[in-house]
Amino acid sequence: MRKIKREDIVLTVKNLYLDAVVSLPEDVSAVLVKAYEKEKGLSKEILSQIMENQKIASEERVPLCQDTGVAVIFVYWGTQAIYEEGDPMEAFNEGIRLAVKEGYLRASVVEDPVFERKNTKDNTPCILHFEPINGDKVRIVLAPKGAGSENMSALRMLKPSQGLKGVKDFVIETVKNAGGNPCPPIIVGVGIGGNFEKCAILAKKALLRKVGESNKNFAYAQLEKELLEEINALNIGPMGIGGKTTALAVHVEYAPCHIASLPVAVNIQCHSARHKEAEI
Amino acid sequence: MNEIMIETPLTDEVVKKLRVGDIVRINGYVYTARDAAHKRLVELISHNAPLPFDLKGQVIYYVGPTPPPPGKAIGSAGPTTSSRMDIYTPLLISLGLKGMIGKGQRSEDVIEAIKKYKAVYFLATGGAGALLSKHVVSSEELAFSELGTESIKKLLLKNFPVIVAIDCYGGDIFKR
Repeated sequence: MRKIKREDIVLTVKNLYLDAVVSLPEDVSAVLVKAYEKEKGLSKEILSQIMENQKIASEERVPLCQDTGVAVIFVYWGTQAIYEEGDPMEAFNEGIRLAVKEGYLRASVVEDPVFERKNTKDNTPCILHFEPINGDKVRIVLAPKGAGSENMSALRMLKPSQGLKGVKDFVIETVKNAGGNPCPPIIVGVGIGGNFEKCAILAKKALLRKVGESNKNFAYAQLEKELLEEINALNIGPMGIGGKTTALAVHVEYAPCHIASLPVAVNIQCHSARHKEAEI
Repeated sequence: MNEIMIETPLTDEVVKKLRVGDIVRINGYVYTARDAAHKRLVELISHNAPLPFDLKGQVIYYVGPTPPPPGKAIGSAGPTTSSRMDIYTPLLISLGLKGMIGKGQRSEDVIEAIKKYKAVYFLATGGAGALLSKHVVSSEELAFSELGTESIKKLLLKNFPVIVAIDCYGGDIFKR
């Protein structure tokens, strides 16, 4: 067994969050440059601001977006790694707390969603997904997720008879309804199968895939390609003002499901597709 | 591309010159307000209580900035989704609000109020908060400080870049 220290979790989470909010993954930056080259007029002007924004954010360490999100963290915990310092969740939240203080990030979390909606003031708690893996390492993937795009996401339990067409119609309908709200160009994460909560987590994970990498299954890769083409034919464009680039990518993940079910979740990600990862 | 320079507060004369798709640079004071502050403004209005600022001719920027690091006027400061404020907006426009800065489409009720009272809705680039913060010269908290990032702040803007998204003739950049 290998011991995982609280201090290592706290520091890793803090640094991942601080990095994620000021610099985009290279694959995301690269695909935004491609989009810029394709657009013209006002849509090009918007993409040029988005690129200039990246430069200022990384040089001055100012957050790319004022919505520094709720931190979504996927933790892949090796079963040979042991934690002996109490509640591991506490360590992850401490990392968030320190990053918010040190990086002047926004406190965007309220304690209860319906009644008081009182701000927790330190942007905790984060949203943690723990998964056991082989080995003695802990891999942490952190994605600050803003509400502008999260609010435009949707989940539907389709009937198996609705099949491929039902899935495609639901994805297109969700993107269409979202329009300019989620800060296009967007990345569309689609989770199909599993059950109610599983498909939502698959959709979120789909957003963390390297932009432009296809699903390994040919049929699902084809579905991604067709959806991307159809979404980009909608003429929603950058910030919803029209143009060729509504989505930078569509990523589909799937899982086995019940004979009576066809769950589909569509998680929308704004152009500021922030995520970073590290291993302890 | 051609840019139109405007100063706040806005007059009918200025608003009437703006057409959907125009690139505009805003100079002068604007006021920040988002969901929670709008709710409070509307509550104050319903009680005939005084507002933290006079709405006449003013521009509201839908933004909840990150806290300013030492030596800076403001942190990252891009627009939030405007449609969440749609339910409150027609009343504010009827009381003199002339402009709004945000992102995303607006409801038919908001568009009607924009036409009726000669107002304008500007689109700023969402997710460009670092860039937009460069155009904020100063920030002063005016009201509802307990709301944190959602408090009402008076911002001084310099050459703040926006696009006219809905003009006072009902032109709407999101309708094609």
